[in-house]
Amino acid sequence: MHHLEVRNLASAYGTLSVLKGVNLTLTKGEVVALIGPSGSGKSTILRVLMGLTHPTGGEVLIDGAPVDYTRAASVRAARDRMAIVFQQYNLFQNMDVLRNVTIAPVKIKKRRRAEVEAEAAKLLAKVGLAEKHHAFPDELSGGQQQRVAIARALALRPEILLLDEVTSALDPELVNEVLDTIRGLAADGMTMLIVSHEMAFVREVASKVVMMDKGVVVEEGPPKQIFDAPRTDRARDFVGKILRH
Amino acid sequence: MERLIHQLPRFFSPGHLILLAEAMGTTLALTLIGCTTGFLLAFLLVFFRRTPGILGFPLRLIAIFYVEIFRRIPFLVVTYLVLFFIQAFVSDASLFTIAVVAICIYATAYTADIIRGGFDSVARQQIEAATAMNFSRWHTLTAVIIPQSWPVILPPAVAFAVSFIKDTALVSQVGVFELTFRGKELNNEGFSGILVFGTISLLYFAMSYPLSRWGRWLEKRLAPSRSQKSRQRLRHA
Repeated sequence: MHHLEVRNLASAYGTLSVLKGVNLTLTKGEVVALIGPSGSGKSTILRVLMGLTHPTGGEVLIDGAPVDYTRAASVRAARDRMAIVFQQYNLFQNMDVLRNVTIAPVKIKKRRRAEVEAEAAKLLAKVGLAEKHHAFPDELSGGQQQRVAIARALALRPEILLLDEVTSALDPELVNEVLDTIRGLAADGMTMLIVSHEMAFVREVASKVVMMDKGVVVEEGPPKQIFDAPRTDRARDFVGKILRH
Repeated sequence: MERLIHQLPRFFSPGHLILLAEAMGTTLALTLIGCTTGFLLAFLLVFFRRTPGILGFPLRLIAIFYVEIFRRIPFLVVTYLVLFFIQAFVSDASLFTIAVVAICIYATAYTADIIRGGFDSVARQQIEAATAMNFSRWHTLTAVIIPQSWPVILPPAVAFAVSFIKDTALVSQVGVFELTFRGKELNNEGFSGILVFGTISLLYFAMSYPLSRWGRWLEKRLAPSRSQKSRQRLRHA
């Protein structure tokens, strides 16, 4: 059984179809990368999974059990098992680093504050920000903010981590510190669904690459296949364009 | 003019000064209690307005109608409405209470729009981050939206309250012993209108000027950044 399965998923804004029947599977411990041109629907998949955008068709199953996105309780249960990191970090601007990381486990998951803070300290050390507990987001660089956002997501103890173009908003010299953090997570066996434009990175950490275009999956397979020997013209065209850069 | 100068010592007698000081206290109390209660109720109204779904529909309707109706009725008319409405049910309600209720109703309608604007100024992504972490609507509101919109809400809300100090004069029409009412009394006792209302004007100015300066200061403090840092500076200032 797949840990996460997406079947024939569709989503539309009014008459604009963003996802037109996407199929996707993740097994436990797997790192799957979603690649493709802008507007191909990659980020929308993550948003639908988190219940931030409504699906208009298809199914999402976690460990074989379907998520009913029309029912609040079902969506909440799904969000309990997944966490998302956004392109723009979206740290709470009115809270310091430590509170950003601890607020949901303490207030929403009702875990003991002392225990959560100890865990948060470990997570912040892991992402290299042990010294920044009391800094506010606007006092940190983009790379630091994004690493806090990753620590915040991990503090929720998710089974599946969704990363939405987490390096796209960063200055080039800050990209690596974030990628290193994700490499570490992959080595720890974290199940991740990653939307990324960092092709070298995708090739290195992903066990499977799914290429999307115009709301459908064009081709999927191991990185070697997608990058070295794409089978479809569309994938060949896209990979050819980005690898020339 | 000669009459005015002649009246001066008698006008500023200790009895009158106490009377005027008490009237100022009443004016300030009316404003403070009415506007603060109205401000808090306005939060509730905005919470109603943002309640999603079919179940929230009646709440949204109440919130929209309340604001749209009471913003279109002159304050004096609201005061008379409250006066006659309350007197129909409670025969011994004090005029002060009636005036406070009227101010509260009016302040709720006006500050609700200020609060709604403040809430709308919070970036959508901040709310999405909270939603993705399973924050309830209440937690999102209290932990994210209110702290971040505070700097946008507070200055105009204070400005509203300050401007309302002078608008409370209208409740003298129903007989509350506030500043303007006392002025009319003294004028009826034969004191020169220029003397009486000149003094009253100065007293209104003395009440609202410091408060509006404080509001301006608050605005400057909060304006540069919507982050916690500006609030920290505020705390330490």
